[in-house]
Amino acid sequence: MNHGFLQVEHLRLHYRTTQGVVQAVDGVTFTLDQQQALAVLGESGCGKSSLARAILRLLPRNVAAYDGCVRVHGLDVMPFDEERFRRAVRWSKISIVMQAAMNALNPVLRVADQVIEPLLVHQGLPRETALVLVSDVFQLVGVPQDFMGRYAFELSGGMRQRVVLAMALVLKPPLVLLDEPTSALDVLTQANIMNVLKRIKRETGTSFMLITHDIATSSELADRVAVMYAGHLVEISDATHFFGEPLHPYSQMLMASVPRLRQEHRLEYIPGRPPSLIDLPRGCRFAPRCPKRFAKCEEDPPMIHTEDGRQVRCWLYE
Amino acid sequence: MEPSALLSVRNLHTWYELRQRVFGRAGYVRAVDGVTFDLAEGTAIAVVGESGCGKSSLAKTILGLYRPTRGELFFQDKPIHTANAQTLRWYRSQVGFVQQDPYGALPPFMNVRRILEEPLIIHGIRKAQRQERIHEVLEEVNLVPIEDFIAKFPHMLSGGQQQRVVIARAMLLRPKLIVADEPVSMLDASVRVEILELLRHLQSTHRLAVLYITHDLSAVRHFSERIFVMYGGRIVEKALVADLLRNPLHPYTRALLQAIPDADATNVETYREVPPGEPPSLLHPPSGCRFHPRCPLVISGLCDTQEPPELEPEPLHHTLCWLYKDSKA
Repeated sequence: MNHGFLQVEHLRLHYRTTQGVVQAVDGVTFTLDQQQALAVLGESGCGKSSLARAILRLLPRNVAAYDGCVRVHGLDVMPFDEERFRRAVRWSKISIVMQAAMNALNPVLRVADQVIEPLLVHQGLPRETALVLVSDVFQLVGVPQDFMGRYAFELSGGMRQRVVLAMALVLKPPLVLLDEPTSALDVLTQANIMNVLKRIKRETGTSFMLITHDIATSSELADRVAVMYAGHLVEISDATHFFGEPLHPYSQMLMASVPRLRQEHRLEYIPGRPPSLIDLPRGCRFAPRCPKRFAKCEEDPPMIHTEDGRQVRCWLYE
Repeated sequence: MEPSALLSVRNLHTWYELRQRVFGRAGYVRAVDGVTFDLAEGTAIAVVGESGCGKSSLAKTILGLYRPTRGELFFQDKPIHTANAQTLRWYRSQVGFVQQDPYGALPPFMNVRRILEEPLIIHGIRKAQRQERIHEVLEEVNLVPIEDFIAKFPHMLSGGQQQRVVIARAMLLRPKLIVADEPVSMLDASVRVEILELLRHLQSTHRLAVLYITHDLSAVRHFSERIFVMYGGRIVEKALVADLLRNPLHPYTRALLQAIPDADATNVETYREVPPGEPPSLLHPPSGCRFHPRCPLVISGLCDTQEPPELEPEPLHHTLCWLYKDSKA
């Protein structure tokens, strides 16, 4: 039986602050198969970037709780100590393109020297061998060979984003986490980068977890969609069903708030604002803003599995 | 010039001088390079373009923050491009500015009351009237009950509330024109609609003219009547929003529209067509049409040597493109 390449179960990541405990990731469960792209959609402050950090164990100092289970190829990596995790998982199995990473390239290193680093440090390859691999990965992401000796400031935003993508791909990890990979880019550059990601997925079978607030762009890559709200996943669905007819009231309202270029429709907004992750409502976390709430919503709904293979955290589908 | 035009922009150029240490001038960055349009009272225009196309420079020139290098700018038929300090001061009270990043636009050490009082003090409004006006605008942008917000500092407000404060500040002096530079791009999808509706509401209740600067074509039909597409310092297409979406004329506009996805599961199956290359350098723009090195429909011998004139292939729909050379200018 295929358990999926990545299995995340009851993952929690809470932060301690002076105002209280921030429950950024609060019991998240999902699986991701090989050669699959999962979009994690959510608005700012819903915990989606923290989810990526929790999977890759890139934790700040003020962690209040970090537990649950992360399995890679069926092996639970949570008990690994930091050294073993760094050697066996981070970058070689799962890598990440951080939000705005293209603006965080080292300005005094040539781009090839930044991409080559994991090959030298992680794999201990001789420089000549490593350079060949860097040249291969540059070709894969569409950076011309004569850009290898350039500095970040000499490249356009689109090219810098490709370099950052090359860094994430250079060890050929089966899974790459992408945190808002195109949100700082122009329309045409964004389309270019999405084309590159599509091609990489097809040619190399790399899995992607695409974390974004941009629903339209996520549909360029996603086979599956997970919607995050206030530290919970509230819906997990295949892309066809989701973009056609989402189930959770939050997903429905989110979709209705997005303007469409090719279709005139009345835009709706979601009244109120997301709850503070420090002081969460009891029961369903969306209930205070939900037009369909009823008595039962006072209790926290479980993830309900529908007949067509979707999951939704809402009492309406009980 | 249309008689009803509130703002008239004629052949506007904003160039930035690049200096070299030894030999003096190294050249000019031609951020705005020959822009002409009229904006009537109570109407909205969206200027769409990618970063580096000159749209923010155009906004700042219209706000009176930069003096145009060449060309003319009239507000209620008064010349602004040659205005003295006193006229400029009056002009700035007539034009409100809504910035892109609300948090960056609000001073963190001032509370809402202080932020809103400042422009009134500068423009010499008496204390009693100041409080009254502050209450009025806060009500108008729907930051109610006012007592909950007036003493708060920007970091205590959500992104949407911060943007409402920015809009309230822009409205304080009862301007006739609002320039909004990407007013919702920093906000979440569910909040964007609220802010756009608020701006739309203010536009109609006060007969405001609004100039939106944006890169988001998909939302344009929800906030303006007319749209300009800007590329390489020039406006390459001017149209009513519906006309532009129905029948884009300029190859650059078509490329932009093709590159924008709508949320649809079939998007994963195909690649998007994107013209090769990068937007032009504004320091050394290409000869002829600025889009010609990337254009799939380039007419060699024409597009690469001669600048296209503004043509009107269909009524009220203008473009700078040689493809339509047989239509009227």
